[in-house]
Formats: sequence, C-alpha cells, structure tokens
Amino acid sequence: MTEQLTREPATGEVGRARRRKEDARLITGRTQWTDNIHLPGMLHVAFLRSPMAHAKILRVDTSAARGLPGVVAVYSGEDFAAEQGSLPCAWPVSDDCVIPEHPPMAVSRVRYPGEAVACVVATDRYRAADALEAIEVDYEPLPAVLDMTGALTDAAPKVHESGNKAFTWKFAGGDIDAALQDAPVVVERTYVQQRLIPSAMEPRAVVATTDGDSFTLYSATQIPHILRVMAALTTGIPEHKLRVIAPDVGGGFGSKLQVTAEEILALLITRRLGRPVKWTESRSEGNLTVHHGRDQLQRITVAADRDGRLRGLKVDLLADMGAYLMLVTPGVPVLGAFMYNAIYKMDAYDFTCTGVFTTKMPTDAYRGAGRPEATFAIERIMDELAAELGLDPLDLRRRNWIAHEEFPYTTIAGLTYDSGNYEAATAKAMELFGYEELRAEQAARREAGDPVQLGIGVSTYTEMCGLAPSRVLGALAYSAGGWEHASVRMLPTGAVEVVTGTSPHGQGHVTSWSQIVADALGVPFEAVTVLHGDTAVSHKGMDTYGSRSLVVGGVAVLRACEKVKEKARRLAAHMLEAAAEDIEFDAGSFRVKGTSAAKSIQELAFAAFAAHNLPDGFEPRLDADATFDPENFSYPHGTHLCAVEVDTETGMSKIRSYVAVDDVGNVVNPLIVEGQVHGGLAQGIAQALYEEAVYDGEGNLLTTTMADYLLPTALDLPDFITDRTETPATTNPLGVKGVGEAGTIASTPAVVNAIVDALRPYGVTDVRMPCTPERVWRAIHGSSS
Amino acid sequence: MPRITVTVDGVGYEEEVEPRLLLVHLLRDTLGKTGTPIGCDTTNCGACTVLMDGKSVKSCSVLAVQADGSEITTVEGLSANGVWHPMQRAFHEEHALQCGFCTPGMIIAAIDLVRTDPDPDDATIREGLEGNLCRCTGYCNIVRAVRRGAQEMGVNTP
Repeated sequence: MTEQLTREPATGEVGRARRRKEDARLITGRTQWTDNIHLPGMLHVAFLRSPMAHAKILRVDTSAARGLPGVVAVYSGEDFAAEQGSLPCAWPVSDDCVIPEHPPMAVSRVRYPGEAVACVVATDRYRAADALEAIEVDYEPLPAVLDMTGALTDAAPKVHESGNKAFTWKFAGGDIDAALQDAPVVVERTYVQQRLIPSAMEPRAVVATTDGDSFTLYSATQIPHILRVMAALTTGIPEHKLRVIAPDVGGGFGSKLQVTAEEILALLITRRLGRPVKWTESRSEGNLTVHHGRDQLQRITVAADRDGRLRGLKVDLLADMGAYLMLVTPGVPVLGAFMYNAIYKMDAYDFTCTGVFTTKMPTDAYRGAGRPEATFAIERIMDELAAELGLDPLDLRRRNWIAHEEFPYTTIAGLTYDSGNYEAATAKAMELFGYEELRAEQAARREAGDPVQLGIGVSTYTEMCGLAPSRVLGALAYSAGGWEHASVRMLPTGAVEVVTGTSPHGQGHVTSWSQIVADALGVPFEAVTVLHGDTAVSHKGMDTYGSRSLVVGGVAVLRACEKVKEKARRLAAHMLEAAAEDIEFDAGSFRVKGTSAAKSIQELAFAAFAAHNLPDGFEPRLDADATFDPENFSYPHGTHLCAVEVDTETGMSKIRSYVAVDDVGNVVNPLIVEGQVHGGLAQGIAQALYEEAVYDGEGNLLTTTMADYLLPTALDLPDFITDRTETPATTNPLGVKGVGEAGTIASTPAVVNAIVDALRPYGVTDVRMPCTPERVWRAIHGSSS
Repeated sequence: MPRITVTVDGVGYEEEVEPRLLLVHLLRDTLGKTGTPIGCDTTNCGACTVLMDGKSVKSCSVLAVQADGSEITTVEGLSANGVWHPMQRAFHEEHALQCGFCTPGMIIAAIDLVRTDPDPDDATIREGLEGNLCRCTGYCNIVRAVRRGAQEMGVNTP
C-alpha cells in the first residue's frame, strides 16, 4: 500500500522536472490578460460603490453624469432591476439554508461597503471614472452588523429580513457525550480565523461583447465552464448563445472561483448598448469586493486519556458569510467539517457550524477553503493537549495518528483515506529540521533566560482535495458534479492536440498534461499542445479549484489517451494484418508480437486522416474523449516543522527555518510541485504573521490597499526546505494527489505553534493571528490585544 | 494637450497626452504595449516596473509627461532577435514564475538590481526586490533566478 520515495531519475516524461511551456510568453510580455483585450468600439465601465456598510438607497441621480464628455450611458440598480436576476449560490448546504436575493447592482439597500450602486459607461477609463463623481446618491444609514456572536442575538439589527442566521449544519460520528464524560483530560479553546483578502496579482477584469445574437464574455476567472452555466441562468442569455473565455489569468487562489456582479452587469450592458464593454478593477476596489476568505470563530474541545489517546473532539463553529451567499460561500466551512479529526483516530466527533450574515464582503473559497481553518484548530489544540500532558507534540501525534499499515482507513468523519505514511514523512522532516538539536538549543535558551526565545512548531496535516466524487458532492447538497473532461486528438502530422476542462491560471497544466500524454502515447513532449479556458474550444469542464486539476483532469487526459491507443491498436492490427491482441505498444510504436512489423502512432494518425485503408466501421479519426469522475477525494499529507525566534522584548517573530515534507503521491513534474508548495507556504505563513482584513466600528474596510493589507515580500519569508515522500494514491491510475493547497493548509498552525511554543514558559497559550509584534508582546506581558 | 516624444523598446513615438495620463496607461492603452501589467493603484506591487533611461520605475507612479524625452524599456524589449535576456532565461530555468503576472516587473527590477550590484547575495536580492510582490512562488525560486541571471549577465553582457 505504501512506498518510500525512490530517487531514481524518471525514465519517461512523467516525473521529470520539465521547464514550463507556459513561460515563453509570460517572460516576454506576449500575454493576453483580460485587460489587454481591445475590441473595436469598446467602451469602459466604472462602478460607483457604496461608501456605507449598511444603508437604504433613497435616491440615485445620474442626470448630471449623463451629459459629461465621453459618457455613453449611466445606470443605477433601478435600471437593471427587471433583468439582473440574483447572483447564484450553488451550495445550499442544509434544508434551513437561507439564500437571500443578491442583485448584481443594489437597488434599494446596500449591505456591505463597496457594493455597486451605479455605473458609467464611457469612451475611456479616465472619463468613466470622472463621471462617477457626478452621480448623486442619498443613503439612509442603517446599523452595521459586524460581530458574529452579537449578530445572532435577538436585539441585533437584521442584515436580511429573515434574520442573521444563514444556516446550521451538523455532523456527529460516535458518541461524543460518552467520549467527553469522565475524560481524564479535556482541553477547550477558541480560535479566531481572521478574515483574509486572497489578493491574486492580476485584478479582476471583464470584457463582454455581442453580435446581437450571441455573447462572448472574457473574464479573469478560474471557472469559464461554471460561469457560462451560471451566467446563462442569471441573465436569461441562452447557454448556447454564450461563450466564456478565460484568457491568461493571473492567479486565483479561489478568488476567481466566483460568478461576480461585474461579469453579469457587463453582459447586461453590452446587451443594451450593442457595443463591447470592458471593466478592470482597481486594487482598492478589489480589496473591497473580491470575495474574502476564512473569518470563522472556532470553539474546539478535545478529550483524551492520560496517555494522550484521543477520546473525542467537539467543534462549534461560527462562520461569517458576509452580506450574501455567493457561489460556494456556505460550503467552505462544511468542507472543513471533515478535516478537524485530521490524521487522528478517536472514538467520537461532533461538529456544528452556524453561518452568520454580517454587513461585510461575502466570504468564499480561498486557498484551502475550510481545510486550513480545520487544520489550524486541530493542530493548535494538539499542541495545547501535549503541553497539558507534558508530552512532546510529535509524540502525542504519534500516539494518535493512523499507522501506515492501517490504510485504507475510514475516519470518524466518514471519509476513507486511501493511503498515507505519516511515520515516514515525520521521520524525514525531523531529520532535515534537526529536531533534537533545536529542542536542545531551545532548552539552553530557556535556561539562560535569552531574550530571544526559540519555538518549534509542528503540523502533521492531511487534507481532502481533488474535488470530487459527484455523488458525494450531491450528498453534500452541492449543485454540480466533480468530474472532469478531456479530449485527445492525433493530428494528421502526428502532433497531438489536447483539450482540457481544467482552467489553469499559473499551475502549469500545459506542461504537466504534455508530460502525461507524451508517456501515454509515446510522442515527444514538444509535439503536444493543450487547449483550455474557452467554452467554444473546451466544450465540457468543471474548471480549476480544490487541488482537483491533476487528480481529476489529468486522469481524464490519461483515460482519453488510453482510448486513442486502443483505436490505434485496432488500426495497426488491420494495416499489419494481425489480430489486435497480437499488437503490443511500446514508446509510440505498435508492433506485431515477436516480429519487426510495426506502425508508429504518427503513421497511424496519418492513415486515419487519409482514410484509404481503414477497418470496416472504423471512423476516420484517431481521437477520443474521456470524462473522469473520481471515486474518492485525494488525501495529500505531510509533516511541517517551523523554528521561530521570538524577541521577547519587541514581540518580533522571525522564522529561522521551515521544513516541509509533503506526500502528494506520485509526482508528474517535481519542479511544479515544489513551486506549488512554496507558494502555498507563503500564503499560510502570511495568515499566521501578516494578513488581516480589518473593518472599523462603522463597518468600513480599513485595508483597502496593499499598503494596508500586508502581503509578504521577499524580505518577509525564509528560504524553505522542502522534500517529499511518495505514497501513491490508490484511487486513480496516476497515483497522484492534489498539491495546490497543501502548503497553505499545513503552514499556518506550524508557525503559530512555534510562536506559542517559544513563549510557553511565559504562560502564553495562544496568540491571535496575525501574530504581529504587538500581539506577541501583549501576550508575553499579559495584556490582551 | 501636451505633446511628448518617447522611445519605447527602441521605437520612437510622438503623442498628445492628457497631463494626468499615467505612463503605464500610455504604454498599455495608447501604444498597445500590454506586456507591462497593472497590479495595484498604490505603487506597492511593482508589476508595472519598466526601465526609464536605464533605471527601474513603477510606471503607475510616473506621468506620461514626465517620460517626455526618455527611453523606456519594457519586458517586451528585453529579448533581441528571439534570444532571451539572461534574466528571462534564468526565470524560466529556475521556475521563478507561476501565473506570470508579476514577472515583467520582477524581471525588470532584477535587471536594475544587478546593474547596481553585479553579484548580489540572497539577502541583497530579497531586499532589492522588496518593492515587487509575487503571490504564487513564495519568492525562493525568484531569488535563485536572480542569482543565476546575475551570473549569466556577468558572463554574457559586456
């Protein structure tokens, strides 16, 4: 079931550190970002946005703006009221889930700062922005709703008529009361998952155009296929009259897994005016109105025996939905529900989540989506339990984790983990880290009363990704499936054209899919091209998020290759006058067993094209489609160890070393995998140390710029030490597991555990994220932040 | 409207511009030089970095009129006759980009860094690139690429 990593060089393409095909145009500036698109007669849209968190709209006067130079049209929400529909939520998680109407442009009420209330359409972006200032809006302010606990009280002002509760979702496995009753050790904590702003480097942008019959929507989106379906349903444009194109997309991290107001409004505007329109967001607009991430309040209780064996786990979660439910808003905490038990065995688990409406930007998927929150809480409280029991945190984990010989293992949350080797990853991480030496240094510094203390943070994570088996998604009340589609076509010259339903925006699918195809069909890596991101080219797909692209989409590509190969075998048998079962395939050649008679796949491709001599009933094409629906999620895992130096006099925390040993199963391209891990680490560490979206007491967002919302720079992050173990997944033929979110999921608790570990002699048991010097200093000196 | 002359990637332009027009909008919207992207509106991200008379500037914080008479090099002007600049090659070799949106500014900033310090160590590189944000890579491979690019520039650039 499990295998140790062997470091033999890859013999085929899969496993090679191929440099990316994508790079050439990106490093030379020959890119096609949505904002680069210029169409004849194109107009520019600018949005007027609510300066208030919560207000009634009494009057919108657009008359003065209409007459300004270059202004073609000015619209308020009233103008779109009859046709704009409601932005979709595709994940009504429970029967009691309230999905409020969510007009793309506010008509009578605004519920978060930045909500669009009017727009100008003008001949250039400067004139559009100028004219916004001539629009007058009268608001009647309403009280902001900011605090989740307060929002659930009877006295709270209501965000929606139905109240501030969006849903309650529960899960129970085992008998939690029995597990908690008379437990020798019970530890309870409350953790705050602060609100984050995903901050893809490319701001959102939209271009919409129509020929009077059909519509084309270019968008900086992760989900062209889902967007097409949802936009058709929202606007009434027939699905077959709507083409969605995701050109080059500059990062997403979940933030572009959305159906946005601006996308819908751009379609409505182009429908009215009959001219192409473009909108490009400014970063300050983006910080206000790109969906936010995290923002949960986690009450977690763990019960254990004296020897550290876990008995039960209870989680009570409040999840801030923001003002509306967007595409998968309520699903984010529900995904997390299956991960609090993590890699540990226990008798009982009880989970309750309440979704709460506030007057803030809606939250939705951000790298990890529910699993980072869960992993943080369990990995933090495991350290607290270890401290309570006087155990080394790794020792406590060892006493509870699923042993490698126990796979496949069905967890208390009901998932079946197919494979894993927590022992191997941990052993390797400890060695690379110098765990024992650092513990000795920590003891020495404590002994000496060094003002700079050393902390060691542990995170032994797993996560569920590769979204997902369609049946399971259905059982969780998600509206769509989790399959992925691919087409593989042999072209007459022997080149291969692959069409994928995944929609890369930095992940390097073109390169990785080329490697898979090169091995499967025995063609050169260079002879493969990969098309994606345009619903007119890629007619079927479920797009890119949830670390799904390789484990679902890559497998679909492999399956399509297998079908092509079987057709080619039949054709080869016919041409070589042999039985199909006597044809063997090796490195692109179909050979009659035991002879030298053979046809290359390139020869067969041309023969199929010419169609002069095909078997009876053989269609003249050497191509195939495949749609792969996974049987299970993917469960990457690993052990991350972080050493932090905390200056107890200034509260400054500095990462001294960071070791990540991840097990993502077999690896198609180690360079790309390492890059994904690096980037994931950066975002997880940033949550621990730097980032927080802050609203003031009136509900204004204070962190509207990159000067206020602190993304880490090159100076703020260490050089990471990364390595892998490879325990192949048993649930897909490539043996691969997802990697996109693992680094983010694992790293946040590793960093905070290290800071708290450094400060445990000072009586510190928690520091709220982000662990700024002020918060750390206050934790040391006993005053709350 | 003011009339300016500016050379961009070796091509001379004469344009009438609004006094408020930003250099980056001149490049992108007027001249169609869309290789240089815009990532923020507060001069924090550095995606729009170009060389102005050989020194790196964030083109979102320069007015087009301020560029009058100057020579601008964007990422589009770095390769010659289809041969990549050593820094471009290094970014490719070290997998120093993922989505690639920060890459034009990152490469330009790195070239300017090497101009002032031909053999920068990792700490110098990290400090020198502090004004350029990347959300994908975690910077490790960018640091490696700049080190490699600097070495190759030392060998290949007179």
